[in-house]
Amino acid sequence: MEGIIGYGAYIPRNRIKVEEIAKVWGADAPSYKRGLMLEEKSVPSPDQDTITMSVEASKRALKRSLINPADIGAVYIGSESHPYAVKPSGTVLAEAIGATPEVHTADFEFACKAGTEGMFVALSLVKAGEVKYGLAVGADTSQGAPGDALEYSAAAGAAAFIFGRDNIIAKALETYSYTTDTPDFWRREYQYYPQHGGRFTGDPAYFKHIVGAGKGIMEKAGMKPSDFNYVIFHQPNGKFPFRVGKMLGFEREQIEPGWLVNKLGNTYSASSPLGLTASLDISEPGDKILIVSYGSGAGSDAFIFEVTERIEKVRDLAPKTRELLEKNKNYLEYGEYAKFRKKIKKAV
Amino acid sequence: MPTPSRYWREIPQRYRFEANKCKNCGIVFFPPRLICPECKKREFEETKLAEKGKILTYTIIRVPPRQFVDQAPYAVGIVELDDGVKLTAQIVDCDFEDLKIGLKVKLEFRKIFDEGEAGILCYGYKFVPE
Ligand SMILES: [Zn+2]
Repeated sequence: MEGIIGYGAYIPRNRIKVEEIAKVWGADAPSYKRGLMLEEKSVPSPDQDTITMSVEASKRALKRSLINPADIGAVYIGSESHPYAVKPSGTVLAEAIGATPEVHTADFEFACKAGTEGMFVALSLVKAGEVKYGLAVGADTSQGAPGDALEYSAAAGAAAFIFGRDNIIAKALETYSYTTDTPDFWRREYQYYPQHGGRFTGDPAYFKHIVGAGKGIMEKAGMKPSDFNYVIFHQPNGKFPFRVGKMLGFEREQIEPGWLVNKLGNTYSASSPLGLTASLDISEPGDKILIVSYGSGAGSDAFIFEVTERIEKVRDLAPKTRELLEKNKNYLEYGEYAKFRKKIKKAV
Repeated sequence: MPTPSRYWREIPQRYRFEANKCKNCGIVFFPPRLICPECKKREFEETKLAEKGKILTYTIIRVPPRQFVDQAPYAVGIVELDDGVKLTAQIVDCDFEDLKIGLKVKLEFRKIFDEGEAGILCYGYKFVPE
């Protein structure tokens, strides 16, 4: 059976606290923290982007997979912050890990769902026997407009998964996708910051699609919420995953291990994939994991994994996600953050 | 600033730390060489640099070359890798007061610089604390 043979996470060291952003805009930090269930978020350094974080996360996935990178037949990066408008990110990644030239490479885009989209395709190519191994990365260095609610959550990170047929650490038992055309969040060409539909991003968007995909995959697999040890939903803020979990019949205890958003922010394409890495870090053989992404526009990809005994052999071969979240943090003031994110520009 | 063609030629070293090793005296060269400066022989085997090492010496750059102005101040160090190769690179993700000779570091893939708003993005290695 096909499944995950290696996984890796990357989180930049910089953080900014909700208080630091609220102070600048005269907003009430306690009500934002309560409302979003968010304390701080990760911020990339000026020398980090979707490509550099993808390379580091993928190298960690390679360490756990113990394969020859030249055998990887597909390399995909899903992101809404590809550094180039025209020129692929995936070619840099494929070259940096040594998968070139015999490799299929593509960049995916679908708001916060681009990462699981790449996972879906890489896994499918392995299932079809078209490639021996497929690498898929969800990575983003997302931006919210200054003063917008998104500014408190838009964060940076990457998660990488290698799919294969032998030496699997998590079997892919089922996949399912749920998609409609829903304009809840967008960014037009040449616009620097995205626009969103405010409250419209909730019920007809996030909740409808995650519930649709969650119900759909459980029905397809003949499983129920109590069959799962861990469940990960896309994490645009702290509250939504718990609320949608409740709607689907999951308990807080199943969600919390992969719930990173309060200290990480919304890493967009890396959000639910990073939650999956954190859950794999602590899972036991036989554990069942459900992951449901969400991307505005809108759609959800869902996967059911069953962890194998091999997890115990490989999980210590690379850093664990919660360690990355706590280690070597560097708190930024708003001015430094604005410079790092090019919200302010120096005279030339 | 490198032209796209020069940057492209250096990709094996910049991205994958590819080096070569003299088959006669075993010295590792980075970037790879065609003739061994020690024994003048031309037979090499391909190898990759160790990705971990320690700081031999370092300095803080406050007045940098033009393309690095926006990054100043930043640390540059000479690092001895676990395979004995010494190389110079930026040391990042480390507060200046925590830098010290002997500090264990590892290679990490970063953006080295971009050619303005419209040019190519140049990636390569920097060191971060292990
Ligand atoms: Zn020699």
